[in-house]
Amino acid sequence: MIRLAACLLILLTSCSPTADVTLPDDAIATKDLQSGSAFLTEETRALQEDDFENPGLLWVERGADLFVDTSASSKSCADCHDEQLKGVAASYPQLDELSAELVNLEKRINLCRARHQDLPELTYESDDLLALTAYVANQSHGAPITVAVTEETRASYEAGEAYFYTPRGQFNLACNQCHNENWGKKLRGDTISQGHGNGFPAYRYEWQSFGSLHRRLHDCDTGVRAEPFTLGSQTYIDLEYYLAVRANGLPVESPAIRR
Amino acid sequence: MSTIRLSVPETAKKNEIIEIKAMIQHPMETGYRRGMRGEVIERDIITLFECRYDGEIFFEGEFHPGIAANPFLSFYLKATKTAELVFRWTDQTGQSWSETATLTVT
Repeated sequence: MIRLAACLLILLTSCSPTADVTLPDDAIATKDLQSGSAFLTEETRALQEDDFENPGLLWVERGADLFVDTSASSKSCADCHDEQLKGVAASYPQLDELSAELVNLEKRINLCRARHQDLPELTYESDDLLALTAYVANQSHGAPITVAVTEETRASYEAGEAYFYTPRGQFNLACNQCHNENWGKKLRGDTISQGHGNGFPAYRYEWQSFGSLHRRLHDCDTGVRAEPFTLGSQTYIDLEYYLAVRANGLPVESPAIRR
Repeated sequence: MSTIRLSVPETAKKNEIIEIKAMIQHPMETGYRRGMRGEVIERDIITLFECRYDGEIFFEGEFHPGIAANPFLSFYLKATKTAELVFRWTDQTGQSWSETATLTVT
């Protein structure tokens, strides 16, 4: 009986893009998935949706300029990528086939600079890298996140999942304790969100500026008084990957506004 | 480098009241905050914004540390003639950024 059930489970799960990934007991059901913008005030949501007033567009605009810039290299991003980047951001992080490493959008941009433009890496969280990431992410605005787990990326997925479920810091809190088990409830003056990354890079009121998902993760780690990891580190990319799979189906909202 | 975003209609009817929007990327650091190690974060703010219509100032504002980062302004103009609109932001050290837009009055 157990064997039959196991066979059935394998059969059922192998049809979905997230093949043979078993979701934990406390995972949020697909029908209950809610983007971070669902936890904002109406005014903030309106600001996010305004195609002029959203301050994140300052970075998107700068990214658009950098995308066609040829002042430092003979080749601009636009020389290779024309319209094809539409929807691409929705499938990141993904495997870079050349290095067999899992990369996020920021890392992909830096790889492209090194391989095709002969340009130095942009520093993580620099305005230029944020701008280019925001511009590329914005090309997928509204596209549903579709990140698959494959044999090659399985270890990363599991590392990200382990991070999500590991209590850390002086508060001894794991991500799931807030974002799976208590979302929608109050934490001080705030409503706890489900902890999705679909709005990032995003403009955050707390920062009074634009920032990456890793900066947000860094803040969460600091919030529970844990030692945060470096922005752009593989640990955070794995976590970003886990979060993306967890958010599959939610629309890309970058540049979003968050508290 | 500071990115500037403007929203100015390209054309307007004579004497029409039009809405103008302007935003600039700037940290507007108050000077009251302290960093991770308790060090003072130096004040760095834009102190003056002016908008000229055909060379004449028609909207001007003084900024103080209470203004949020990436200041966004929206104001109205009575379109009387075809002319250039010049937007200029000046910070506390005198450095300035400007951008222009042309309004055609029909």
